[in-house]
Amino acid sequence: MDFDLSEDQRLLQDSLAKLLKDKYGFEQRKGYMASATGWSREVWAAYADLGLLAMPFAEDDGGLGYGAVETMIVAEQMGRSLTLEPFMSTVVMGGGFLRHGATAEQRGAMVPKIAEGKMLLAFAHTEVQSRFDLHDVATSAKKEGDGWVIEGRKGVVVHGDTADELIVTARVAGARRDRDGIEVFLIPADATGVSRRGFKTSDGQRAADITFDHVKVGAEAKLAGGLALVERVADETIAALSAEAIGCMEAAKDLTVDYLKTRKQFGRAIGTFQSLQHRAAEMMVCLEQARSMAMLAAMTASEKDDAERRRLMRAVKVEIGRNARFVGQQTVQMHGGIAMTMEYAGGHYLKRLTVIENMFGDMDHHLAALSEEGGVFVAA
Amino acid sequence: MELRFTDEERAFRQEVREWIDANLPADTRERMASGRTPTKAMQVDWQKRLYAKGWAVPHWAVEWGGQPWTAIKRFILSEEIQSTPAPSPLGFNCNMLGPVLIAFGTEEQKKFFLPKLASLDLWFCQGFSEPGAGSDLASLKTRAVKEGDHYIVNGQKTWTTLAQHADWIFLLVRTDPGAAKQQEGISFLLVDMNTPGITVRPIITIDGAHEVNEVFFDDVKVPVANLVGTENRGWDCAKFLLSNERTGQARVGASKERIRRLKLIAKEAPGGARPVMEDPRFRSRLTDVEVQLKALEMTTLRVLADENRQLSRGKPNPASSVLKIRGTELQQAISELYVMAAGPYGLAAPNDPEADGRNEPDVAQDWQTLAQATYFNWRKQTIYGGSTEIQKNIMAKAFLGL
Repeated sequence: MDFDLSEDQRLLQDSLAKLLKDKYGFEQRKGYMASATGWSREVWAAYADLGLLAMPFAEDDGGLGYGAVETMIVAEQMGRSLTLEPFMSTVVMGGGFLRHGATAEQRGAMVPKIAEGKMLLAFAHTEVQSRFDLHDVATSAKKEGDGWVIEGRKGVVVHGDTADELIVTARVAGARRDRDGIEVFLIPADATGVSRRGFKTSDGQRAADITFDHVKVGAEAKLAGGLALVERVADETIAALSAEAIGCMEAAKDLTVDYLKTRKQFGRAIGTFQSLQHRAAEMMVCLEQARSMAMLAAMTASEKDDAERRRLMRAVKVEIGRNARFVGQQTVQMHGGIAMTMEYAGGHYLKRLTVIENMFGDMDHHLAALSEEGGVFVAA
Repeated sequence: MELRFTDEERAFRQEVREWIDANLPADTRERMASGRTPTKAMQVDWQKRLYAKGWAVPHWAVEWGGQPWTAIKRFILSEEIQSTPAPSPLGFNCNMLGPVLIAFGTEEQKKFFLPKLASLDLWFCQGFSEPGAGSDLASLKTRAVKEGDHYIVNGQKTWTTLAQHADWIFLLVRTDPGAAKQQEGISFLLVDMNTPGITVRPIITIDGAHEVNEVFFDDVKVPVANLVGTENRGWDCAKFLLSNERTGQARVGASKERIRRLKLIAKEAPGGARPVMEDPRFRSRLTDVEVQLKALEMTTLRVLADENRQLSRGKPNPASSVLKIRGTELQQAISELYVMAAGPYGLAAPNDPEADGRNEPDVAQDWQTLAQATYFNWRKQTIYGGSTEIQKNIMAKAFLGL
């Protein structure tokens, strides 16, 4: 039982914190958001220089062979700065699919490009009817010769507008909500029949609505693993999103506590009022409970027992959601009007935390499923 | 960063489990499993067994009967005791007074009291709160005036838990009413409950139980040798004691046991069309509490794993405040779930033959009659040992700088 970071892990944390301090002030972030891509290619190149884009891949594939704890460290720092770049899409989700589902040949061709910052990925899964159910897939893949023909429409594909390669779930057999018959395909974003409509997400990031109209791909486009692969990557992503949420929550809490010390009303700092002190203390309780769960997530992301990993990750997502909502809302409430404005970072933490809460299953989704699966502590 | 217990830790857990199974008397186990507190005889008998094994006070200095264990190993022992469930070593002796004596006591006090605290040869109770000094503990008024080699104590303590069982009491008394700050005129005394002038009067709490008492002191003579630490510096002992109190209050092991038991009960509990456990709303509430408890378990482990560094930092881990606040809230939440599971048959008050001498057949199942009593009783959790509000005051000041 050990909750400490190693020397190398601390180094990683410090160097990223330094980079973001230089490149990701709140005003700089506004500039990136206003650019055509909605994020910074320059920062992306700096991530590549730091090795962040090669992190999760095996050394044999041209990566660094880091694990979920390193991802946690990086995601937490990115959460603090509310970064906009497609790290989650390309490195965490894309990286997960390539590591667990791609052939050595595919990884050999793609990983070096990803590591250099020259290839972006996005996970195209959610459909208009699917909500949070990973097994609800209407998009179809039909065998044609050696290859496949993909037909369907995917929504809110985060960073799907700038991705070079799309990782797409499609059904090769069965009915829309069957657990069997789902496969994962790797499809170039510029393939004939792929049309994308980019849009802004509520937290200022980018996403795309993507239509696959008779898109032909070769046999090698199908990754190995099916729905189990999707669930595994979803769990790894929940772990990373949880760490990002911790970064957001901690920065929001710090910002709020600073504000309580400096904002004066009725002739004194509002932080001298007990009702606000107690709420700030409650924010800290929430942050620490959430942090415990983000650590649990990092340490169970690679759990081999699929059912056990799923159960714990559901618990993580519920607890992150609950505490993120409290911290996000109270950040705005305790600041008052200023945090209602686009001009101030406070409200942006609430926005990002709300988006995280609604990615890969919200509280009710995971609570219902976890309760069906017997809960956290199994009766003797 | 590594979540797994080591092979040695896992083997130790197994050893503890087997030892408890072999040594815990059946009637004690049965009473604990029902959700009741142990009788005095059960508590004493069990703690003596733990003491003989060397497991009553593992967190004490080795020279006074402690074990050279890691915090995680101690956690495993206490978690196994709680999840059996078996009685935990008496907190007043082992977690409160013992560490204070080790830190502040004289050699004579340590030699005389520490072995008796660990073995429960002497049962101590805690004389802190007074009618006018609750959360504002330092405003206490019980007076001790030095006359020769004795203090003469006059005043009243209240909420004195299990004073009816106690042989001794550790007391905070005012020795210098003229001190500049109210914290500065307080001393820490050890008093034999058989001393003339002490009267114990029961307080019956809303669950019907006799757990707490009022204790009156009327010209009670206490030898000066029973002063702990320096005269007028008793607040140092009190602060030290209260900060030690916090980590143990999460009681995650006990809450896990209560949840596991509730799942078994609710599977059988009649819920109209289906057993209570099959009601999705009930299940969802239960799962929600479990999720929070899992987070608290992780927070507990984080605080324990950080213990050594905490000592060198001289500052507690901010996560430690979470333990008291969330730990008690979750204990209360679990007690509410029992009430919900019991439903209308929870209206029957518990029948405790040992307490009231009745021996009639029960009108409801034992767990049903205890559900509301426990719920009422556990409202105390967020009040004693530094109420939730006091904990938040401390957090705002110590960790947030507000």
